[in-house]
Amino acid sequence: MLKLSHLSKAFNPGTVSEKKALTDLSLHLAPGDFVTIIGSNGAGKSTLFNAIAGDFMTDQGSIVLDGRDITFLPSYKRSKSIGRLFQDPMRGSAPHMTIEENLSMASGRGGWLSHITRADRAAFRERLALLDMGLEDRLRQPVGLLSGGQRQALTLLMATFCPPKLLLLDEHTAALDPATAEKVLEITKNVVSEHKITTLMVTHNMHQALELGNRTLMMDDGRIVLDVAGETRRTMTVNDLLDQFHQRAGKALDNDRILLS
Amino acid sequence: MLTVATTALELGLVYALTVLALFLSYSMLNVCDLSTDGCFTLGAAVGAVVAVSGHPSLSLPAAMGAGMLSGLVTALLQTKMGINSLLAGIIVSTGLYSVNMAVLDGSPLMNMNKTPTVFTAARDFLAGTPLAPFSDILVGAVAVALVIVVLTLFLNTRLGLAIRATGDNPDMVRSSSINPSFTTIVGLCVSNAFTALSGCLLGQMQKSVDVASIGQGVVTIALASLLIGSTLLGRGPIALRAFGMVVGSFLFRLVYAVALRLHMPAFMLKLVSSVIVVLALAIPYFKTRLPALRRRLSYRSAAEEKEAV
Repeated sequence: MLKLSHLSKAFNPGTVSEKKALTDLSLHLAPGDFVTIIGSNGAGKSTLFNAIAGDFMTDQGSIVLDGRDITFLPSYKRSKSIGRLFQDPMRGSAPHMTIEENLSMASGRGGWLSHITRADRAAFRERLALLDMGLEDRLRQPVGLLSGGQRQALTLLMATFCPPKLLLLDEHTAALDPATAEKVLEITKNVVSEHKITTLMVTHNMHQALELGNRTLMMDDGRIVLDVAGETRRTMTVNDLLDQFHQRAGKALDNDRILLS
Repeated sequence: MLTVATTALELGLVYALTVLALFLSYSMLNVCDLSTDGCFTLGAAVGAVVAVSGHPSLSLPAAMGAGMLSGLVTALLQTKMGINSLLAGIIVSTGLYSVNMAVLDGSPLMNMNKTPTVFTAARDFLAGTPLAPFSDILVGAVAVALVIVVLTLFLNTRLGLAIRATGDNPDMVRSSSINPSFTTIVGLCVSNAFTALSGCLLGQMQKSVDVASIGQGVVTIALASLLIGSTLLGRGPIALRAFGMVVGSFLFRLVYAVALRLHMPAFMLKLVSSVIVVLALAIPYFKTRLPALRRRLSYRSAAEEKEAV
């Protein structure tokens, strides 16, 4: 489904502050893969997502999504087949517009001059009801009034309204309180399994990394240092994972949030 | 007093079109379009030339087309050539000065004393009816009503939603597979069409166009009206907020007309509009600073009390 070949990206090349964010990174995802990614701060997890989503052009390598070479496609065109959620729940929706207006933008229904129809509203209500947050009765309220968790759930709904080929989740529950995070995660699992969306998810929670999905990657210094799936992964514990990291990256995992979770 | 209100209403309605244009570019798209002054004059100049050539009704679409073109240039400068949006507006406004002179065939002035315009047409049409004395107001009111209806319908289309989202959260527009450059271009084209229409109507109402003065400071005056309007009717459906823009424009003109009556010299208009804009933008800022200021004051007085003990 997704094929990254020899991706490299350096920021501020040729200066003292040069930072190699991605180094000759290759990755191949099968359709329906749900992959969790862990790694230290600055390991290149977010940079990898930004590269796939097209926030910047990579220096080397190619990105192929579902047989289509998207290496040089601008980000707004990629977003047709790539859905994305950030840690910040405010990033995915327009606060001064109503819930139905936000959903209408995301649904991509109708032509440029079409208005929101009754059928649209019914569809929005039906989808919102699945979130079980009472949002289906608040279609005409500005999104700015929602809580962080509600906004993140709405963003998830918007990102998957037309099921994308690839879903990028960048610690999308990290800014939420534990109960809300649990709920958003539950909704994520349902949506992903229902539409069999190929998913990449960055997390700082080691249990979550092993428990969710079918494959786990560990990143360090712009490279993938560990890639486990199948039986090896099933029998793996968090301690095994930390040991593996220590061996492969030649240092201990320095993400304090990881150590605490 | 009635004449004061009538004049305020006439001018308020004509300028309201520019305020509605800024409502689209400033409030919705979050772009401060400084090409407004030049575009306003462009509309006046193009409208005057077309009217003088004997087509008063064609002058309106001609001015709007010219305004769209000007908006397109401003938008291309900022979206495709990486020029800061404020600078893009100023550059276009400066360039338009020459364009406007060229439109008037090299002269800075155009007189329409004996030219049939949309206002004289309305006067002729309403002659003999009780509405005759209000023909100028009616022309303005019809134009404003049409623009409000079009704008309200437009802002609720998918394209309109995308334009509003561009000002609210451009990331979200991109993730909806829409190019924010495209929405900025469309938004500025539409808003500048309204600005030019506003200039065209003012020129025809005053029966003359002076390139050097007619559009000077219009962006600040319109911004002052916009801020007054959104203080009064800043929330609710788009149509109501758009109506608030017209109210703001009228109130601004009314205050100005009353001040003139109280012997304020006419040349003070622009200073007054600048002060209104400064107040309207600064007051909300100071409001956010107030709690910190209060705390500091009470902190200091508490410390002094302690010292006294």
